[in-house]
Amino acid sequence: MTEEQMIAAAPEGLAEELPPNPVEQFLRSERMPHIWCPGCGIGTTVNCFSRALLQSKLDLNKVAVVSGIGCTGRVAGYVNLDSFHTTHGRAIPFATGMKLANPDLTVVVYSGDGDLISIGGNHFIHAARRNVDVKVICINNFTYGMTGGQLAPTTPVTAISSTTPYGCYEQPFNLANLAESAGAVYVARWTTYHVRQLTHSIGEALRKKGFTFIEIVSQCPTLYERRNKIGDGLDMMEYFKEASVVKHGAATREVGIGFQGPIVVGKFVDIERPTFLDLMDKQMTRTLDAHYTGSVVEQNVRG
Amino acid sequence: MKRTHADPAGVLTGTHFLDGDQACCEGALASGCRFAAGYPITPSTEIVERFAQRVPQIGGMFLQMEDELAASIALQGAVWAGAKSFTVTSGPGFSLMMEHIGYAAMTETPCVFVNVQRGGPSTGLPTLPAQADMMQARWGSHGDYQIIALCPNSPQECFDLTVHAFNLSEQYRVPVLVMMDECVGHMTEKVVIPPAEKIEVYPRRYTTLPPNEYQAFKAEDDLVPQFARAGEGYHFHVTGLTHDEHGYPSMNVETQHRLVTRLIDKIRRNADAMARNEEYRLDDADVVVIAYGITARVAMRAVQMAREQGVRAGLLRPMVVWPFPEKRLRELAARNGFAGLVVAELNCGQVFYEVERLVAGRVPVLLEPHTGGTVHRPEQILDAILKCSAPRPAGTPALQEVSR
Amino acid sequence: MPEEPASEARVPHVQPVAKKVRGTIKVTHNRCKGCGFCIAFCPPKVLEFSEDYNSHGYHFPTLKNQDGCTGCDLCGLYCPDFAIYGVMQKYGKKQ
Repeated sequence: MTEEQMIAAAPEGLAEELPPNPVEQFLRSERMPHIWCPGCGIGTTVNCFSRALLQSKLDLNKVAVVSGIGCTGRVAGYVNLDSFHTTHGRAIPFATGMKLANPDLTVVVYSGDGDLISIGGNHFIHAARRNVDVKVICINNFTYGMTGGQLAPTTPVTAISSTTPYGCYEQPFNLANLAESAGAVYVARWTTYHVRQLTHSIGEALRKKGFTFIEIVSQCPTLYERRNKIGDGLDMMEYFKEASVVKHGAATREVGIGFQGPIVVGKFVDIERPTFLDLMDKQMTRTLDAHYTGSVVEQNVRG
Repeated sequence: MKRTHADPAGVLTGTHFLDGDQACCEGALASGCRFAAGYPITPSTEIVERFAQRVPQIGGMFLQMEDELAASIALQGAVWAGAKSFTVTSGPGFSLMMEHIGYAAMTETPCVFVNVQRGGPSTGLPTLPAQADMMQARWGSHGDYQIIALCPNSPQECFDLTVHAFNLSEQYRVPVLVMMDECVGHMTEKVVIPPAEKIEVYPRRYTTLPPNEYQAFKAEDDLVPQFARAGEGYHFHVTGLTHDEHGYPSMNVETQHRLVTRLIDKIRRNADAMARNEEYRLDDADVVVIAYGITARVAMRAVQMAREQGVRAGLLRPMVVWPFPEKRLRELAARNGFAGLVVAELNCGQVFYEVERLVAGRVPVLLEPHTGGTVHRPEQILDAILKCSAPRPAGTPALQEVSR
Repeated sequence: MPEEPASEARVPHVQPVAKKVRGTIKVTHNRCKGCGFCIAFCPPKVLEFSEDYNSHGYHFPTLKNQDGCTGCDLCGLYCPDFAIYGVMQKYGKKQ
């Protein structure tokens, strides 16, 4: 909405009856309060996701959320959509099967860095390679939060984790670079501080055909921040604010994140490439001609 | 629940000369399966190779995934989108799929996993038969759960029992395992595929309730909940965590008890109804051979040879191996003057332990094992039958094992 | 520009109707976990922790003054606990 539209839509006077929080229709309110810690960034991303969904005007009955295991994986349980909390690392192949069986669905994968990139790494690169039309939202808090703050493939060098008590010494993945190299058609990174830009990015990703990847750098105050003595949730948000540099179109190989270092944010990749289904249909039609039938889902499911 | 008939588009009606793998594929297509995800592994690959070739002309797709972990969960995503799906594998892949077989059991996802068993353990004998994954089929994933496992003994049965597997999976909302072996999978025989109207298909148990009344995991009288698929406004939740009737995580002792008991009872309570056995000369048998899959064909020859020697032998061949046909076994073991049971299987003893447990020492149980790589010779099973029927001194029947 | 008569004071041209955008917030007290994001990132800086606290022991946000809030809903976007949101409002006519 433009500001003029917002003003025009605003209620007159000091109404007693305020409109509800836009996020509320997306929440399974009976399951509130959620399990995330005070100062955690995951809830913030859910606000952005819900506003992006609203603005997208997508049929909410046709949006499915698939998550893996971990704190971010719990998002599926809290959103009021068809939602699937699957096994550790395997949200992407589950989402692949779902989307290909019913292409009318918009399938969003909402999971964490450890789940999607460590145990899920193989599935991540193959789905990106194939350009499967799923929207991946990856919350990167540099750790495995749910299980107590262990090393993740994104943990910066020298950072302390519960399995690297003397400091991490492995080179982490640069997720944006990994996604681009594997073939993602849309790659963006924001932090939980950049709520408006993130909302906008999610909206773009929802509209975009193909494998889209949004990395959201987030805080984990209870584990990552506490172990590394860098403050609480708000301190980390202040760091995101100070350390972020917006560079749309940056070369992803240059956007790695060091410990408490600069964070390059923005939309890095936005290209066009035929999706897996497009390619399949095209090839099958070329070889099979009129004999090819694509659809898998039974139409008459109520007998 | 009203049954429907197969969609003719997937039914290759006629008399064919097919191997077990090919027949299994046709069984899936005849059942209305239009989605398969898989990963190449000998000796199962031909099933999905044929599926990849057949299904685009019928209306469906085959996804070769990057590994068995992906294949075993991609098929479940497709199920929740509304498709009938299966995957195929053998030993090493079966081990990789275990987590997701457990996920399917926990989330009550109707689907079929085919294991064309080969020699193991580990890489073992990729191109040679065994039946050594039978206990893994029963207990392979972590936690308490029940599955259904079927064992075909011929290419014809690979067709018939795959259809049956899909039907059982929809009826009970449980993963069903078709436990073939390399011998049956690569053996070519006559396979008769009936016209579509003669093939019964159990329809998916979609709910007719409106979204505000539907609870995704609230069971009906037969302990099976109604199904909903994504995209129809139900806004339901599926999780592998212990969950309540809404499907929401509810991790406490009471919910665990309620859920796990129901998942187990769902199958156990119906074990008798789903039993399917072939019985050969059991009426007057003193010694009964229990065998399944390819071994049963050798066992039948051994039973005939025993009869020629005047020994009253018979064969009990379960086609549904899990849940094991407890009732029939106990009936046989309770007979007066019953000499004993021989369990012949292409492994070092797996279903044998189930039989021993059920018989509880009332009669002797002899194991006729085989480490795999080929099938038994009838003489080996005959030896065990003769040993079993030989007179014994009075006293408590001893449990013996024939070791090789 | 015509010359104004020297004897008359300049009369300011006031719109008969002025629409001003104002906003307000709504807080679900018991959801708040006191993270402080809304207070820190409120652009007109009109939020502060209340003296009061909820049943979990957290001080929740409250408006310092009614007039300053623009209803931009940045607090609503930030709040990880869905405990606060902002709404744009219009005051009525001003003569």
